[in-house]
Formats: sequence, structure tokens, C-alpha cells
Amino acid sequence: MAASTECTTVLPGDILTDRVNRSGSKKYKLGPGLTVQSEDVVACKCGVLKSKENSTFWIDNHQKRYIPAKGENVIGIVTLRAGDIFRVDIGSNLPASLSYLSFEGATKRNRPNVQIGDLVYAKLLVANRDMDPELVCIDSSGQSNGLGVLSTEGFMFRCSLHLCRKLLSPECSLLRVLGKKIPLEVTIGMNGRIWLRCRSVSETIGAMNTILAAEYTSDENIPSMVEKIMSAMAGY
Amino acid sequence: MRQQNGKRMPIETTHCGANGSKPEKSIASPFVQLWFMQKKYGAENAAEEEEALRSKVDEDHWVLDLPELAANESKYELETSFVPFEDLQFGRFSFKGMNPAIEKLTANLQAKKENEESEAREKELEVTDEEMASRYASLVGTIGKKFNTKRNRTSTMEESDAKKRKFLKPSDES
Repeated sequence: MAASTECTTVLPGDILTDRVNRSGSKKYKLGPGLTVQSEDVVACKCGVLKSKENSTFWIDNHQKRYIPAKGENVIGIVTLRAGDIFRVDIGSNLPASLSYLSFEGATKRNRPNVQIGDLVYAKLLVANRDMDPELVCIDSSGQSNGLGVLSTEGFMFRCSLHLCRKLLSPECSLLRVLGKKIPLEVTIGMNGRIWLRCRSVSETIGAMNTILAAEYTSDENIPSMVEKIMSAMAGY
Repeated sequence: MRQQNGKRMPIETTHCGANGSKPEKSIASPFVQLWFMQKKYGAENAAEEEEALRSKVDEDHWVLDLPELAANESKYELETSFVPFEDLQFGRFSFKGMNPAIEKLTANLQAKKENEESEAREKELEVTDEEMASRYASLVGTIGKKFNTKRNRTSTMEESDAKKRKFLKPSDES
């Protein structure tokens, strides 16, 4: 975000070929919100056009509906056990499927202990507009590396996709500031779901309110905002 | 649709002369197949037979009568995920020892990232092989000059260019 030089608001249907080709680079990388229609670059979302290194462009927008994208980490809710796969709700138009073999240490004999209603933090292996999304809880070397079933002690809530991206960006200091105040564990899915685990209910509520308030708070105001909410919470 | 035109090559190995009076010098196919005939006869006909086989395959193969599609690479690369654009981090965090496993994982990821960054920085500062070679090529002469006197300098340069030492045959006088 700091890398972007100038910001322009675009609407769906805007032709951005001239804007994109301004730098005269040979190869361009177009991100979410941009499509190519017969040699023209066209915006298909309304938001802010962002660019990096004059050759990568994407549109940053406010959105609540998740559209699966390959390689993203999401929080899903297990809704069904069907034979050798689990159906997982990830907030997209179709439920995702998760094979019981794609957990760390799982074999045909040794099935993972996943119940209906459990939360899983998983990576999208297949994300295609014509196919069911497919999830995995291991990386290519067979290790979980933080993916897998989330503990039932936590609390999950929903937010906008933009807030999730903001929290995950390296420039955002919110989690670091919050982590200095109270012990907590956070898992952020790219699908607009955040899972929190704190020591007590009041701390969880406080942390949740801080995270939700961070969406429209600039980075320099975050420490004072956290301080305010935490001091208000201290009485309970 | 059309059938692709391939050259049809004759496969017959024996045929009679024009008048039918005397058969031309040729060998009946059963003999050709004998192992000791293969060496001489096989080499001559191998290419011919292969060609015949290929033309037969081409004739059997039906293709659409269309101009060849030009491989036309787009200069735009599309990507659906935000992750590579905004350098997003891995989504699990733990603070103040809430989940030590996750804290360890985060530390590992951080270390890995820092390592990559420092490597990239090192690569930037590093002198490339070509630069090194060109520098050394000029340096050898520069430093060598320093140890020569002024008179020597001109003479050594001329010597190296003009005169090459040769092996001198010893004279037979004894």
C-alpha cells in the first residue's frame, strides 16, 4: 500500500488501457478487479486503482462476499462429512471440499478428528469459477505449518474483506499493539472471517471491538484507539 | 475439411522390365527378410519405407482446413488473489504466549523473510563475474606499471607485442 504512488477511483467498465500502459513496460500484472477485453484493460469493480512498480495494478475495494482465489488461506466451517471428503463453508457461492487425507499425518487408517461445526484454517488449492473450490490443510511437503482445525475455545466473527487485508498487511500495527496489551491468538482468513482466542470473555469482546474499529482508523491513530478501548474494558 | 495430401511412394520391391523378356535385377521379398540380406538391402529401403508409412499416416489423418493459429502471447498476466499484490502475511498470530506453536511458526517465517531480504541485498551489492573480469583485466596492467621504471615501461610494452621468444636450436659445433 505504501508502494502505490497515486490513487484513482474507478468504476466498473472504465477503460484503463492508457493508464496501465503509461509506464511502457513490457509485461503487466493485473490483479483482482481488472480484466482484459480484446486488448483493453477494463475495470470490473468499483474501488481505488492501486499500482506497484509501474507494472502491477489492482483495485482495492470494499467487499463482503468472498470470491475464492487460488492460494489464499481461509477460515471454513465444516458442514458435512461425506465419505472421504468434508464439505466446508467458506462464504463463497459454493461450498468447498476438503479431503480427509489432506491433514498433517492423516492416512486411510488414521483419520483426522474433525467434527461437524469445527473451524478449519485451510489453503485454497483449486479456485475456479466453474468448479467447486478445494481446500487443503497441508503444504506441498506434507506439513501443516499452522493450517488445520482451530481450537473450539475461540470465537469467530465476520468482517469485510478489506479489513482482513488491512490486518494482514505488514504496515498495519494493530495486532502488534493489541498483542502488547493482552495475551491473544488471532487467525485471519482472507474470506472475511476472524477467529479470536483470549483468556476471558470480556477480553475477547474488547479485542473484537478493537479489530472492528480498526477498519476506518488510520495507522497513527491505532495506539490511542486501542488504549481507549482497553481502558474502558478494564472495569469489567 | 479435406484430406491432407501426402506423397505416395511405391512400396513394391520387385517389378518386371518393359518388354517382359527379362526380369530386372531384383530380389523377392521373402529373401529380403532373411537376416543376412537385411544389412545390405535394409539400409537402402529403410528411409523409403518410413516415408511411405508416414504418408499413409498423413492420409489417414484428417485436419481442419484452417490457417495456423498464431501463438499470440498477451502482455497482461491476470491474478485473482490479493496476496502477492499487497505482500500479505500468514494469517495466524499469537501474542504473550497464548499459543507457543504459532509464535514459533511466526518467528520462523520472520527469520526466513529476513534471510531472503538480506540475500537480495547482498546480491545487489555483489560484483558480477563480468565486472570482476573486466576490472582485473585493466588492473593487472595498471599495477604492473607501478613497478617499472619509465624507460622499462615503453620497452616491455613493445617487447610483448612485437617480439615473441622462440626456441633456438643449439648449434652443432663442438
